[in-house]
Amino acid sequence: MDICSKSLNITAEFTSGLQILFNNVKKHNVVLPETDEPWTLGLLLIWIKDNLLVEKEKCDLFLKGNTVRPGIIVAVNDQDWELLGNVKYQIKNNDNITFISTLHGG
Amino acid sequence: MSSSCLVNNEDTFNDEEISRLSLEIELLKQELNKKTELLKTKQKKCLTKLDVSRYSRQIILPEIGIEGQKKLKNASVLIIGVGGLGCPSSMYLASAGVGTIGLVDYDEVELNNLHRQLLHGQCNVGMRKVESGKLSLSRMNEDVNIVVHDVQLDGYNSLDIFKQYDVIIDASDNLVTRYIINDTCVKAGKPLVSGSAIHCDGQLTVYNYKGSVCFRCLHPKPQSPETIGNCASAGVLGPVPGVIGVLQAMETIKIIIDHPNVLYNSLLLYDGGDCNFKKIKLTNVKRAGCLCTRSTEDIVITMDYEEFCGSKANDKFKTLNLLNEDERITVIDLNKLISQNQPCLVIDVRKNVEYDMCHLPFSVNIQLNDLKREKTLLELIKQINSYSKTPNVITICRRGNDSQRAVKELKKYPQITKKVNWIKDVIGGLNEWSMKIDKTFPMY
Repeated sequence: MDICSKSLNITAEFTSGLQILFNNVKKHNVVLPETDEPWTLGLLLIWIKDNLLVEKEKCDLFLKGNTVRPGIIVAVNDQDWELLGNVKYQIKNNDNITFISTLHGG
Repeated sequence: MSSSCLVNNEDTFNDEEISRLSLEIELLKQELNKKTELLKTKQKKCLTKLDVSRYSRQIILPEIGIEGQKKLKNASVLIIGVGGLGCPSSMYLASAGVGTIGLVDYDEVELNNLHRQLLHGQCNVGMRKVESGKLSLSRMNEDVNIVVHDVQLDGYNSLDIFKQYDVIIDASDNLVTRYIINDTCVKAGKPLVSGSAIHCDGQLTVYNYKGSVCFRCLHPKPQSPETIGNCASAGVLGPVPGVIGVLQAMETIKIIIDHPNVLYNSLLLYDGGDCNFKKIKLTNVKRAGCLCTRSTEDIVITMDYEEFCGSKANDKFKTLNLLNEDERITVIDLNKLISQNQPCLVIDVRKNVEYDMCHLPFSVNIQLNDLKREKTLLELIKQINSYSKTPNVITICRRGNDSQRAVKELKKYPQITKKVNWIKDVIGGLNEWSMKIDKTFPMY
């Protein structure tokens, strides 16, 4: 059985100021549609750009190349994506994916 | 004759006695200094009765005990930045009886610091931050040795300072300094308690502790300057750095007493708006090729950090030059135009909330971002048409960067440029107005 091809319910959270790129909404309940290839974090980034990002011309405040821009930490279920395969991580149903902008003020 | 001889003899006798006494006193002074030093070293190794009473409420905790309190007394902590984070962390550490606290800051206390930097009183505005900090901390606990380092930290002076301390607290306010602090901690082998805060959000983690990752492992490439907010432009609510600074003091105490659950390989997020804490598990594997994987002597910390980051080692304002000289006017020009009743439409392009804080009575408020909106443009054209003579359009903002962007934006629309004499911005903005024209106009 290929669970990856079914649609997935996930939450995407944008914190530490990143929410300003997403209409100031921090938590987004998202349904990722059924696809032929499994949903990875890499594909999710593109999906977010196309579907959640409000001002497309501000895309470089979120993405750089095929990954997030420097200064953004991505966590899946409160674990750094570096522990899980980075953009290659295969998203599972009910995953909580958090995007954190690193702060430097004080 | 005989009497004068007697005086002479007495004088000689007096001189001899004076020098003998001076020498004796000098020796006694040396003896006293020696014994005072000895007493201090002895007292440092054990706790005095006064120490036990003073710190009893924390000594009672099994995590601290007499041993833990002795460790605190012998410990030295360096705090970089005596601001929103450095004030609360140093207050709690001094009050907990940490023996030596070093303060690094190059700046002076400003009025707009006081809402969050609670070591500095309003009578200390204009004073060096390290001096003001030392005064307040000594008042809280005279037994703590406060060492001031009134310097702008760089890769050349950092190592000698860091070497004198056991734990380093990053309470700085900019990316450049954060890289310098990280690299120096890695080279000197010191644990780094890192905190940051802006707006309603705070972050906390401990780097370079018990083989954990360093700041560079997480951030091998510096983020670009336009993605970084600072307290001066984005704002910050006082309790937010307060919360993070206090947590930095907590993690520092835990490191000193060798507590098993120090926050390393984890990142704590604080969202003050939602009153939410979240802990993210970070990788515990150092990034391949990272500075922290090299041997100490191969770690070079004298790179040009400002060039590396593309920004400055402070959170001060950077002036842009987007327009030609003939596209700009000074505040003196503006004052003249207004007093001569010249037809001028002065557009203040700051955020609504800033306009509400203070504005020039003859200005209207259109936020820079709104200038692109069709509805705003139509209203603006209507306003321009309402002048009996062809008006000039002048844009103004806080310090003269966004007003330049506004001129560029307005000049895109021929329906505006055709109806006005010229469109220019005000150099230095409202801050300059406050300095040159009206000293009562608030600077923020």
